[in-house]
Amino acid sequence: MPELKNVEDLARLHATAQRAREARRTALPIIYVGTGTCGLAAGAGEVAQAIRQELSARQIEAEVMGVGCIGMCVREPLVDIQLPGRPRVTYANVKPDMIPRLIEEHLLNGQIIPKWAMGQLPADGAPPEAQATEPGLPPYAELPFYRKQVRVALKNCGMIDPESIHEYIAADGYRALAKALTAMTPEDVISEMKDSGLRGRGGAGFQTGVKWEFCRRAKGSPKYVICNADEGDPGAFMDRSVLEGDPHSVIEGMTIAAYAIGAQEGYIYCRAEYPLAIARLEKAIAQAHEHGLLGSNILGNGFSFELHIKEGAGAFVCGEETALIASIEGRRGEPRPRPPFPAVSGLWGKPSNVNNVKSYGMTPQIILNGAEWFSSIGTSGSPGTAVFALTGKIKNTGLIEVPMGITLREIIYDVGGGTPRNKHFKAVQTGGPLGGCLPESALDTPVDFDSLTEAGATMGSGGMIVVDQDTCMVEFAKYFLTFASAESCGKCVPCRIGGQRMLETLTRISEGHGRPEDLDEIEYISGNMKEGSLCALGQLTPGPVMSALRFFRQEYEAHIHDKFCPAGACQGLFSYEIIEANCPGCGLCLKVCPDGAISGEKKKPHVIDHLKCIQCGECYRVCNLGAIEVIPLKKEELAEAVAP
Amino acid sequence: MIAPALDFAPLDKILDEFKGRKDTVIPILQRAQDVYGYLPKEILQAISKKAGIPLSRLYGVATFYAQFHLKRRGRHLVKVCDGTACHVRGAPRIVDGLEEALNLAPGNSDPDYKYSLEIVYCLGSCGLAPIATVDDKVYGQTETQRLVEALRQLE
Repeated sequence: MPELKNVEDLARLHATAQRAREARRTALPIIYVGTGTCGLAAGAGEVAQAIRQELSARQIEAEVMGVGCIGMCVREPLVDIQLPGRPRVTYANVKPDMIPRLIEEHLLNGQIIPKWAMGQLPADGAPPEAQATEPGLPPYAELPFYRKQVRVALKNCGMIDPESIHEYIAADGYRALAKALTAMTPEDVISEMKDSGLRGRGGAGFQTGVKWEFCRRAKGSPKYVICNADEGDPGAFMDRSVLEGDPHSVIEGMTIAAYAIGAQEGYIYCRAEYPLAIARLEKAIAQAHEHGLLGSNILGNGFSFELHIKEGAGAFVCGEETALIASIEGRRGEPRPRPPFPAVSGLWGKPSNVNNVKSYGMTPQIILNGAEWFSSIGTSGSPGTAVFALTGKIKNTGLIEVPMGITLREIIYDVGGGTPRNKHFKAVQTGGPLGGCLPESALDTPVDFDSLTEAGATMGSGGMIVVDQDTCMVEFAKYFLTFASAESCGKCVPCRIGGQRMLETLTRISEGHGRPEDLDEIEYISGNMKEGSLCALGQLTPGPVMSALRFFRQEYEAHIHDKFCPAGACQGLFSYEIIEANCPGCGLCLKVCPDGAISGEKKKPHVIDHLKCIQCGECYRVCNLGAIEVIPLKKEELAEAVAP
Repeated sequence: MIAPALDFAPLDKILDEFKGRKDTVIPILQRAQDVYGYLPKEILQAISKKAGIPLSRLYGVATFYAQFHLKRRGRHLVKVCDGTACHVRGAPRIVDGLEEALNLAPGNSDPDYKYSLEIVYCLGSCGLAPIATVDDKVYGQTETQRLVEALRQLE
């Protein structure tokens, strides 16, 4: 028999779980370690082990809890210490050798180590009036990285133990499901979702409630609910973080969707590159089963739902819904023309609803707090929040969630802290390899589905990559095209051949063999790909190069006409020179030059011998004073460099 | 080095498990690759024969997805991420450096099959770019030398 037979059982468990959390909070110190993939990559595993060793060696009683990603990847590993009745204090960049001191001073003596501490969070589960604060330590809400964030999809990430269903239930988990099953008809659920205005967080931005309605009305049975967790965009890890940090929210959202459209079976299609996310999902599904929150007769309401995980096998195009369905069916993941849309004819030819991880993850809160609450966040055209993986040349790399309507500038400079090492911001790329790059002049664009598209990029699933002066926009576009054309499934001609031809043209330009007519050719091919391709992959492949051409045309022309790469990225199309006025003669560049091309006396400006220089860029990278600049190759060198 | 002889017993076990179910091609190939490290021709032929799936279909699926390998791979895998964030933070330099240090083009293995070098798109830890993995260990904000060192220490 399942543990929870009806909603009263759930309400009782909710109360018990909250009391247990409260009791634990007041009785024992808790040490939280961020153990998402990012944290583990930064060494959180070793840190957690060091903590456990130290605790057991000194026979200290404390709970060590692995939590999901709180978003500040750049400061991982993150360790929080919460003493009974005190707030949660976060330490950043924790290394195993810091543990003995942390435990001695903070855990045992209650002394915070200000040098290592980053900020404080209210104690887990404590009511606002009972929240103690530590003097002199900024609360998260005041940290620049968090100040402008509003966490909906990421509400529980980093806050609860993702492997415990009780923690999720204590944080109001599965209450939305109980509400939907007992107090709402499927039509009520759909109209609530429609009223909330939630638009699909996978990138296309279609109204989630409308999609559900199509599927509910479609004739055919059985019906399927599918979660697209094939997060293939390079530079994006939002879905991974949600699945790792709060898997139950996705399961609950999918179950509500299944109830609304009348499905009894669901699939989560997750890319195989996310083993931790898959493991956490498997565990969460098993727990939900044991508790009677999945399976037959959920909460005694007569509604039944089974959920399976399908591991992807590495194909970017499987993020496209019809390709994803083909892949679940065990075939090559090739898209097919729509209509019919999956809502009418999807998995095994049956009505199927496909949504992104974040769309499902946000669903329980919309049902619980109401459509009005959700639509009060963000803009009227794009209600709610947007989750971004903020990466590239930015100080605070990490996972952020901001209200729609915030500007790119606020995200990049206020949340992200701007570009590191005093380099100039050049472009921000949103929407992944099928998106676009925007220049500095577009930084005041509000971030929402429509404004970003209008500005020349796309919202996409949430990758946001910042590049600085050192990234060449020809090379950058070439990078995306290399990716997209390699991932073209090959089914339709415009995508298969158009991508190839465009890549050849860009390669030619980046190697200094570009022809004046090449830019027209790129525009011509791009138009045809947009018009003629079968799915979004082919239609949007030209996005990055077209936006680069629109905003950075002079850089393309410099490559073609002057055989010069102003960013200093395309081999053979640039050289380096030391700016005499900026060079104090520190000797750093001289030391790293592998070819002895730099000479000069200490404390006097150095010079580069252009005949010896191989443009490896080591000097440029080590110089912090901006004393080395990228210049065009000298004429005689150029003749040699571009010789066919 | 000659490839070791194939043991078909684990394959039979896998096929038994999936007997009578639909949508099984991808999971069967995944499990088979877990056992054999790649998908040798003989294994694909055996799957086709025993499970009654046309070889053309298996081959079609195996060549479509990046996860499947038809070539024998090394005992250790070095994967360098060239996702966008890693790319702008210097992944190409790491790939070039490894190519030179290991004398190996990406997608290939050394003659003793000790290791293979692969380029992957996004391991999802972009905040720590550039990243690479050696087997299951992830190296964040890494550089060529650290990876070469890590490989040297492996058997």
